[in-house]
Amino acid sequence: MATIGAIPAAALRGETCERIVNDFSIEVATVNGSGSQTANAVLMRALFQMGIPVSGKNLFPSNIAGLPTWFTIRASRHGWIGRKKEVDLLVAMNAETAREDVMKLASGAAVVYDEPLKLDALRSDLHFYPVPFDKLVMPVCPEAKLRKLVRNMIYDGVLAQLLGIEIEEVHRALDKQFGARKAKAAELNWKAVLAGRDYAGNHLVKTAPVAVERMNATAGKIIVEGNAATALGALFAGVTVVAWYPITPSSSLIEALAGYLEKHRIDKETGQATFAVVQAEDEMAALGMVIGAGWAGARAMTATSGPGLSLMTEFSGLGYYAEVPAVIVDVQRVGPSTGLPTRTMQGDILSTAFLSHGDTRHPMLFPSSPRECFTMMVEAFDLAEQFQTPVFVMSDLDLGMNNWMSDPFPYPERPMRRGKVLTAEDLDRLGGFARYQDVDGDGVGWRTLPGTRRTAAACFTRGSGHNAKAQYSEREDDYTNNMDRLARKFETLRGALPAPHVEIAERARVGLISAGSSRWAAEESRDQLRREYGLQTSFLRLTAYPFTHHLAEFVRRHERVYVIDQNRDAQLLLLMRLEMEPEEIARLRSVRYYGGLPLDARTVTGDIVRQEGL
Amino acid sequence: MATASVTPPPKKTNRAGLEVAQYKGGKSTLCAGCGHNSISERIIECFYEMGIEPWSVAKFSGIGCSSKSPAYFLSLAHGFNAVHGRAPSVATGAILANRHLLGIAVTGDGDTASIGIGQFMHLLRRNVPLIYLIENNGVYGLTKGQFSATAGVGSRLKTGVVNELEPIDCCVEAITLGATLVARSFSGDKRQLQAILKTAIAHKGLSVIDVISPCVTFNDHEGSTKSYAYMKEHDAPLHELDFVPAYAEIAVEIEEGETRAVELHDGSRLLLKKLGRDYDPSDKLGALRTVHEAGQQGQVVTGVLYLDASRKHFIDLLNLVDEPLATLPKSRVRPPREALDQIMAELR
Repeated sequence: MATIGAIPAAALRGETCERIVNDFSIEVATVNGSGSQTANAVLMRALFQMGIPVSGKNLFPSNIAGLPTWFTIRASRHGWIGRKKEVDLLVAMNAETAREDVMKLASGAAVVYDEPLKLDALRSDLHFYPVPFDKLVMPVCPEAKLRKLVRNMIYDGVLAQLLGIEIEEVHRALDKQFGARKAKAAELNWKAVLAGRDYAGNHLVKTAPVAVERMNATAGKIIVEGNAATALGALFAGVTVVAWYPITPSSSLIEALAGYLEKHRIDKETGQATFAVVQAEDEMAALGMVIGAGWAGARAMTATSGPGLSLMTEFSGLGYYAEVPAVIVDVQRVGPSTGLPTRTMQGDILSTAFLSHGDTRHPMLFPSSPRECFTMMVEAFDLAEQFQTPVFVMSDLDLGMNNWMSDPFPYPERPMRRGKVLTAEDLDRLGGFARYQDVDGDGVGWRTLPGTRRTAAACFTRGSGHNAKAQYSEREDDYTNNMDRLARKFETLRGALPAPHVEIAERARVGLISAGSSRWAAEESRDQLRREYGLQTSFLRLTAYPFTHHLAEFVRRHERVYVIDQNRDAQLLLLMRLEMEPEEIARLRSVRYYGGLPLDARTVTGDIVRQEGL
Repeated sequence: MATASVTPPPKKTNRAGLEVAQYKGGKSTLCAGCGHNSISERIIECFYEMGIEPWSVAKFSGIGCSSKSPAYFLSLAHGFNAVHGRAPSVATGAILANRHLLGIAVTGDGDTASIGIGQFMHLLRRNVPLIYLIENNGVYGLTKGQFSATAGVGSRLKTGVVNELEPIDCCVEAITLGATLVARSFSGDKRQLQAILKTAIAHKGLSVIDVISPCVTFNDHEGSTKSYAYMKEHDAPLHELDFVPAYAEIAVEIEEGETRAVELHDGSRLLLKKLGRDYDPSDKLGALRTVHEAGQQGQVVTGVLYLDASRKHFIDLLNLVDEPLATLPKSRVRPPREALDQIMAELR
């Protein structure tokens, strides 16, 4: 197996060696709250503007300021945008973690560091580039209190010089980051970039092989966080009522949505809003408002994470049983309990599928990219209203809070599917209706909205037992008939969900299955398995629960199927088992990662190689 | 051959052209004599007399005996019997979705003062336009008679258990935290409750009505502070109330110094006729002092404790469009293609 990141000894002696172009990862270690976000975003964007596929991962603590934070930027000429575990270039700005950060590096990696840290004494198999950040920032930024924020921008200039990032692109990225309104701040930061570039040019000799060259693989692409993409999906889905309670990592989703709504959904003449965003007192109230609004006919949503989802359990059951549309975005983080609030996990899959007491099933959508965050929100609102039930969109911290290179989002072409709602005119024609009567044989009843001006419109919605006419009932037959109809509705829903993405490799005996953000590690792992081990694999990327027939077909086609889970208990695999025949279950294997960092391909590959005995 | 035809007497209708029967609900399954049934009767009368079209009303409740009652009035209105203590959030969401709904939530003291106290507090802060009625009997009925958080100190259950904990006074909380109509009444006081309910129907803002509504099965015995007998002895009305609707066009004589008149949003007026001492319902601190002092003297003050007809309610604060959000057409809620193009360009 090839060692990643190893550099021939010749390079360490300053001799020329094979350059590694557009295929490396940079880790920037800083202190939370030191303004490094801007420097990192500019760096990432400059690479992107040079046509190089990039991804950015922010590994941050649950803290406002002071604790260590790491930002990794990956450049990949092959277009891999999942996390790369190995660090090729470390920017060590944090005294507290510098030693450990350096000791973890693979031999041959490069280190740009704050000179007083004297990190070059630690190891002799790395490329060291000391930079006196404090000395450099003084002349650039006379105002002492701004220095801490500007100082980090210097490493952008250093890296531009060392890697060969075009300085004009750094300038452009900087202007884009600050915008016209903050031109003064941009100017100050630009000086810092130049100071870094000039210092590196005059004092540092480049020995490390990592380098950047312009290519053309990002044309037409965008850079966006998953949460912003989800928010845009909600905006274009026509959301009208948003109720939420702040929780990492979903808060930025609602804040982005509120911003977009303010901009796009306020009547220019009257100043009135076609939306309501309410910060509720807790997650119970948040979903309560969404359920109330959905009942009254609005497209309503909330966004939360694990602890909030636990609190929404009661209302989720009500939504299922009383049959009220709602869209709930779960930006998953590490649980149980408070867990690791700023780390990623797909740990809510099982609990969400059955969220509530009693027999309950909820549909889930699994977006894998910002583009799918967008399209699946539009889908989620349609499904929720068509099937009169809560729909869960299962994002995660990696997808939601990190910067992703993405294809632009498609404008929703089809009309909004508002589901089976009887209007006053319908009621005149029909004379009346029974709310939970399965008139169409698909398990979905017709509803009326409160405020419909007809004597026949009213009905009583409740979480207690009811018959087809929505009347209170404790009768055995009413209860079972209703539950059977709900099961039938779930089967109809199964047929209406977006189909999974299936890639069959001819003669492949092994298959991989992923859901959500695991996609990127899975796709790259397939490439590694093929190139490094000659193992051809097929791939099924789930987009929704309940699972469709494609899943069982895929499993039956392969001898062994590896189900990738970002949790300890193989939740996705367990959920599949519930719907599978024993012979299908026997083919399933589990690949699990639950360390809280974004899943990387090498981890997946390593586990499959071990299980395959390769 | 001519036959004598008997013309049936014209049925009595309200200004909406509806009969009182169209305001009724299903048959109550609560105990005979339950205070809640009287309250349902008052609701039926008031919505009928005010000429409110029942289909413009939305009923909400949580869980408990009280929360069953929306099924027993206004069958022609949509109703939502939600989960325990959570009627405030459901009602808030529904009213956000359709601001034209006239919302009435009927809850109990377990719902409001215990499991739902958080939602209640925040409903108050938001001043959501809603009638929030608490059928307050001091006990949990459906679970057979445990104390609720509104039970008075020294109140005794049939089992002999005595409550020694301070009660939560929902009206005090309501006055403090931003409800704009706060009233207390007694299910046995038909006239007062009618005037309060009509005022609440006309009021644009949150109306909290705490109605002492005795539980005949678990809390109507001697030693209870929420029994009919106790209320008859300790009810201390602040004033005699009269509601004069805007559409009535009756000239009302107001005796100077004897009667206060408060004008509501729609031009209706609430007349408060002095009983004993003058009471100013616009004075927050005075209201709190009055409730507190009465409590110390073992009295339950009833009437309109607090009324502010000028404060903006939640929907106005959010500056929503006039039409219901729920039914806005696609053209109003999905930004045009150019908007998405523009956003995508910014992210490039």
